Amino acid sequence: MKARQKRLVLIGLALVGVAGATTLALSALQSNISYFFSPSQIMASEHPTDAVFRVGGLVVPDSLARQTDGLTVHFNVTDNAAVVPVSYTGILPDLFSEGQGVVAKGRIGGDGVFYAEEVLAKHDESYMPPEVADTLQTAHVEHLIEQTTGSLKQ
Amino acid sequence: MNWFKLASPAAFYPFAGRLIPRFGLAALVLVLIGFDWGFFLTSDQLGGSNPQKEYYRIIFVHVPAAWMSMWLYLVLAAWSAIGLVFNTRLSFMMAKAVAPTGAIFTFLALWTGALWGRPSWGTYWDWDPRLTSELLLFFLYIGYIALHSAIDDTRRADRAAALLAIVGLVMVPVIFLSINCPDPTQCASLHQRSDPGSIHLSILIPMLSMTLGFWAYSFAAVFARLRTIILTREADSAWAREVIAQEART
Repeated sequence: MKARQKRLVLIGLALVGVAGATTLALSALQSNISYFFSPSQIMASEHPTDAVFRVGGLVVPDSLARQTDGLTVHFNVTDNAAVVPVSYTGILPDLFSEGQGVVAKGRIGGDGVFYAEEVLAKHDESYMPPEVADTLQTAHVEHLIEQTTGSLKQ
Repeated sequence: MNWFKLASPAAFYPFAGRLIPRFGLAALVLVLIGFDWGFFLTSDQLGGSNPQKEYYRIIFVHVPAAWMSMWLYLVLAAWSAIGLVFNTRLSFMMAKAVAPTGAIFTFLALWTGALWGRPSWGTYWDWDPRLTSELLLFFLYIGYIALHSAIDDTRRADRAAALLAIVGLVMVPVIFLSINCPDPTQCASLHQRSDPGSIHLSILIPMLSMTLGFWAYSFAAVFARLRTIILTREADSAWAREVIAQEART
């Protein structure tokens, strides 16, 4: 084997190694990343009790209630299986709305309410002008209903 | 045209010099089209389930910069691998010339992302998988540049930095795939998977124009940097001395 071919094989082996590492990293990302806990996991008490953690899910429609101090809001987060009540004092991000994805960071109190220090809103994958979005809205809602019923069946 | 002839630095030096103004002009035109279209001709805000206001327009810089940061890393790793296998001088110079431009686009993606994240998500920064892996990509670019400049012997610096670039290749698919699955209650990322079908053409086209503009800019910037690297490394050869003498006269 010529020296050049040897180097080619070595680089090839290195690339195979890199591909293996990538596969491992991706499977780790998919299976055991605990970026947030779902309401079901909290119901099953899988969350840490003495540390700050994140809860993620959808804001339950019609659950948003602003308290009398004008800054504190209460709302419920769901993963379509369980519900966790959340209390937050502060300014909500622009994309926060009922029915949309949200990630809240905080602790759970003795009363079962999640007291959030920070609330992050997730955005949707569609980038449409309002008039186009309106015509697509019906289709989107139908899709959401389908998705929800689908995940309930599982 | 014999393309292999261009593998010689002496032949590539004038070739790159001729291409720089063309890519520069293309970059200027495409970026201006993208800016004009994206900032003045698209709708003032988004609608539907993603009702972002004026600030969504940062997409025309953010997404093209993020794409370029990943693409240029692939280019950097590819030239590094070719250099290691075939021991061609120009490949290593190419890799070295790509790194700063890649680092700039990675920084731009992170910076515009932070400015976009504050009003929409509610935070400048979060240790979410995609943000974290993009930050690691920035460190890889910086690491490549630092490692290269830390070793005095050029040949050894080339090979050590090339190996780092190839190992760092792990990050690119991780960034690309570290996003949400369609169900927002299941996944661990603030980003959502999107596809051209969910982006309106009036937004997609200026975004692609900006991407091509950034791409053309990368060619111009990398070739300009490459010419300096070629002259520095070939300074002892007769042709380089002639070029330098000519430049000095004009």
